[in-house]
Amino acid sequence: MGAKVNSAAAGTANYVDERTSIGGFVKFFARKLFPDHWSFMLGEIALYAFIILLLSGVFLTAFFVPSMTEVHYEGPYETMHGVAMTEAFASTLKTSFEVPGGLLIRQIHHWSALLFVAAIMTHMCRVFFTGAFRKPRELNWLIGFSLMVLALAAGFTGYSLPDDVLSGNGLRIIDGVIKGIPLIGTYISYWLFGGEYPGVDIIPRLFTAHILIVPALILALIGLHLFLVFLHKHTQYPGGGKTHKNVVGLPLFPVYTAKAGGFFFVVFAIVALVASVFTINPVWNYGPYDPSPVSAGTQPDWYILFVDGALRLMPGWLFGLPLEWEILGYTISWNILIPSLIIPGIFFAIIALYPWIEAWATGDKGERHVLDRPRNVPVRTGIGVAMIMFYVLLVIEGSNDIVASLFHLSLNDITIFLQWAIFIIPPLSFWITKRICMGLQRKDRELVLHGHESGTIVRHENGEYIEVHTPLDEQEVWLRVNYPNHKPLEIADEFNDRGVRRKGYKWDRFKQKLSRFYYEERVEPVTWEEYQEALHHHDHGPSAQGEAEAAEAQQADAQLTNEWDKQDKAGAADK
Amino acid sequence: MHALAKKRHHKAAPLLLVVVLLALITAIGAFSATSATATSEASADDIADGERLFAANCASCHGLDAEGQDGVAPSLVGVGAAAVDFQVGTGRMPMQASGPQAPAKPVQFTQEEINQLAGWVASLGAGPAIPTAEQVDPALGDAANGMEVFRTNCAMCHGSIGGGGALTQGKFAPSLLETTPTHLYEAMLTGPQSMPVFNDANVTPEHKRDVIAYIDAQRAGSPGGLSLGAIGPVSEGLWAWLLLLGLIIASTVWVGARSS
Ligand code: HEC
Ligand code: HEC
Ligand code: HEM
Repeated sequence: MGAKVNSAAAGTANYVDERTSIGGFVKFFARKLFPDHWSFMLGEIALYAFIILLLSGVFLTAFFVPSMTEVHYEGPYETMHGVAMTEAFASTLKTSFEVPGGLLIRQIHHWSALLFVAAIMTHMCRVFFTGAFRKPRELNWLIGFSLMVLALAAGFTGYSLPDDVLSGNGLRIIDGVIKGIPLIGTYISYWLFGGEYPGVDIIPRLFTAHILIVPALILALIGLHLFLVFLHKHTQYPGGGKTHKNVVGLPLFPVYTAKAGGFFFVVFAIVALVASVFTINPVWNYGPYDPSPVSAGTQPDWYILFVDGALRLMPGWLFGLPLEWEILGYTISWNILIPSLIIPGIFFAIIALYPWIEAWATGDKGERHVLDRPRNVPVRTGIGVAMIMFYVLLVIEGSNDIVASLFHLSLNDITIFLQWAIFIIPPLSFWITKRICMGLQRKDRELVLHGHESGTIVRHENGEYIEVHTPLDEQEVWLRVNYPNHKPLEIADEFNDRGVRRKGYKWDRFKQKLSRFYYEERVEPVTWEEYQEALHHHDHGPSAQGEAEAAEAQQADAQLTNEWDKQDKAGAADK
Repeated sequence: MHALAKKRHHKAAPLLLVVVLLALITAIGAFSATSATATSEASADDIADGERLFAANCASCHGLDAEGQDGVAPSLVGVGAAAVDFQVGTGRMPMQASGPQAPAKPVQFTQEEINQLAGWVASLGAGPAIPTAEQVDPALGDAANGMEVFRTNCAMCHGSIGGGGALTQGKFAPSLLETTPTHLYEAMLTGPQSMPVFNDANVTPEHKRDVIAYIDAQRAGSPGGLSLGAIGPVSEGLWAWLLLLGLIIASTVWVGARSS
C-alpha cells in the first residue's frame, strides 16, 4: 500500500519534472535558500514581518482619520446604522467595508503585528539559549532588547487607534497605571491625554507615535542591529572545524541574498493566507469607544497580556493589610504599582542586563563565536526556562476568564492557584531544567567514552557476554567535548599582606557568589586523556583486523588531538 | 462592620421568612382565581397534564405544590410560564448534578409537555408569559440599537457579541449564538440564576427585540472570515503563535531538511 502511494507520488513528480525541470529548480533553491539551521531564520522572520507591517501600514494610513470628532455612522454595516462614534472608528469601519481590499490589508497588518512580536521573542530566546549574546555581541543584544520594547510600543499604539471599546478599555488600564505612579502620575496622565481621560487628543497623538516615531526608531535600530550582525559575522553552532576564530557558512552575496528574498515571499504568503481566512480584531463587534461598557473577554493583544495578568494576580490585601496606603494625603497603590510597573521593570531589566550578569559570573573576557548547546550551560538554560514560565503564567492569568469558561473552572480558583504557582513553578522549572541539562551532559560523556550501543551482543571465549559499542565519529566527539568548562571564580584575599582591606573586594565577592551559583555544580567535558584511556580500554580481544582499525582510528584521532589541544589553548588564552 | 451586618441578618431572618410566606400564601389565594385569564392558551386539561408531569419530574425538588424546599429548590409560584419555558426548553430543568450553575443540556420534554408544565406553573401565580412570535421576530428589530442595548446591559457577562464569558466561582454566562429568539427574550424577562432580570421598564419589549435582531445578525458570521470563537485577542494570539509562526517555522525546517 505504502509503496504504491510512493510510486504514484514519484510518477507524478517525474511527470511534472520532465515537463518543467522543476526538480533542478527545487534542488537549487532547496540547497541555497536556507542556512544551516532554522533557528537562524527567526530574526529574519521578525524582519519580514516588519516589512509587511510597513507596506500594509502605508496603505491603511491613506484611509485612517486620526480624529476624535463625533460623527454618526452612515455606511453599509447594518448593526452600526446611525450610531455615534469618532471619526477614527468610522474611518476604520470604512476601511473595512468600503475600501476595496481594505479589510484584507487591515487583517494582514494586524496578523503580521502579532507575528512580529512572536518572532522577536522566539528570536530572543534563540539568542539567549545559545549564548549568542556573549562578547562581542552584548551591545547588539541591548539593541535587540530595545527593538523588542519598541515592538510592544508599536503594537500597543496601533491597537488603540481604531478607538473601539476593547482598545479603549486597554487605554483606560494604562491611564490607571500611569495615575498609580506616586506624585507625578496624575500630571503625566493629564499631559498625555491633554486633560481628563479620555479627552480628544489621545488618538492623534497615538497616531503620530504609531506611524512616525516608533517605526522610525525601529527602522534605525534594525539598521544598526543588522550592521552589527554583519560586522561581527554570524555565530555558528558547534561542530568540527568551527572555532571562535573562523566562520563556516555560505557567502552573503549572492547566495544569502537570493535565499533571503525567497524566504520573504514564503512569510508573506503565509501571513496573507491566514489573514484572508481568519478575522482579527473585529472592531465592528466591539463598537465605538464609550467609557461605560466593559465586555467579558476584554484583553489586550497577547504580548501585553502579561501586564494584565500581573494586575489580575495581585491581591488588594496581603495578610490582612491593605496594599493601598495613604501618606500625607497622597495615595500609594502598591496593588497597581507592583504588578504593572515594578515587576515588569525588574523582569525587563534582567533581560536587558543578562549578558553582563553572566559575564560577571563567568569572568570570561574572550570572544565567543561558537554557540553553546543549551545543555552545556545548565544554569543559564534553567534561568531562561524559569523566566519563560513566569511570563507564561502571567499570560494565563491575563486570560483567566477565557481559561475558566473554556475548561469550566472557577475563575477564583485559577487566580488563587496562580498566586501560588507564580512563586513555585519558576524556581521548580529552573531546578528541573538544570537537572535535565546535566543529565544530558552525563549522557554525552557516556557516549564519548563508550560509544553508541550497537545492539549486537558478543560472547567471549571465556563465556562473558558484552554488547559491542561502536565508537563515535570525529564530528560526534567534537560536538560533545568542546565546550567552555567554566569553574567558579577564584578571587584575591580580602586583606593584602599588610593587613589593609583591598578595594573592590565586595564587588569581587559578589561576582564569586554569582559564579558559584552558575558553576559550582558542573559536568566536566571528557578530557583527551580520558578519551585515550577509554579507547584503549575498549581494545580488548585484539585481532589482526582490530589492530588495523585501531591504527586507522589513531590517525583520525591525531587530527582531533590537534584541534582539541588548540581549543584548550584558545580557551586558556581567553581567561 | 461585616460581622455586625451578618448578625443583624440572622436575627431578622426568621421574621422576614414568616412575612414572605404569609405574603405568598395570600398571593396564591388572590391569583388562583385569575389564573385562567393569565394563561389563556392553556386549557384546563393541559393544566391538569402539567400538574401530573410536574409531580413526576419536578416535585422531588420544587415540592408537589411548587412552593420549593429550603436549600433544595426555589418556589415557582409567580415565576410565570416564560421561566418554565426557558428552563425546561433549554434543558436546564429538571436539574441533574448540583454544581455552580445548572447547565443547559439536551431537552427532555416535547414542546407540548413544556407548554403544559408552563401552564400549570402559571396557574399558581401570575408571572411573565411566553412571548409571541411577533415579539421575538428579529426581522422587526433594529440591530444597531440592539448593539447599543446589548453593549450596555449584556456584554459585560456575555462578551461583545454574545460569545460567552466567565463569572466568579465557576459560574459562567453562556454563548448566545445558538439560543432561539424566544429563549433570548425569556432569559431577559426572567433572569435565570446569576443573570439579572431585565423587566419591561428596564429594557422595553422593543429593545428586547432589537437585542434579538443584533444577536441574529452575528449568526451571519464575521465579514473578516472565520471568527476563532469570537472571544477576542487571546484566541487571536494563540493562533498567531501556533498557526502563523508555526507554519512559517515548519516551512523553514521542511525546506532545510529537503536540502540536506
Ligand atoms: C434536582 C432538583 C430539581 C429538579 C428535579 C427540578 N428543579 Fe427546577 N430548580 C432547581 C433549583 C436548585 C433551581 C434554582 C436554580 C438556581 O437559581 O440556581 C431551580 C429553578 C427552577 C426554575 C427557575 C425559577 C426562577 O426563579 O426563575 C424553574 C422555572 C424551574 N426550576 C422549573 C422546574 C421544572 C418545570 C422542573 C421539572 C421539569 C424542575 N424545575 C425540576 C432544582 C430542580
Ligand atoms: C451578571 C451577568 C449577566 C448579564 C448582565 C446578563 N446575563 Fe444572560 N446569563 C448570565 C448567566 C450567568 C446565564 C446562565 C444562567 C443559567 O444557566 O441558568 C445567562 C444566560 C442567558 C441566556 C440563556 C442562554 C442559553 O442558551 O442557555 C440568555 C439568552 C441570556 N443570558 C441573555 C442575556 C441578555 C440578552 C442580556 C442583556 C439584556 C443578559 N443575558 C445579561 C449572566 C448575565
Ligand atoms: C525588530 C526586531 C528584530 C529584528 C528584525 C532582528 C533581526 C535579526 C536578524 C535578521 C539577525 C541575524 C539572523 C539571526 O541570528 O536570527 C539577528 C541577530 C541577532 N539578534 Fe536580532 N532582531 C530583532 C530583535 C532582537 C532582540 C529582541 C534581541 C535580544 C534581546 C536580538 C538579539 C540579536 C543578537 C544578539 C543577534 C546576533 C545573533 C548571532 O550572531 O548569533 N534581536 N537579529
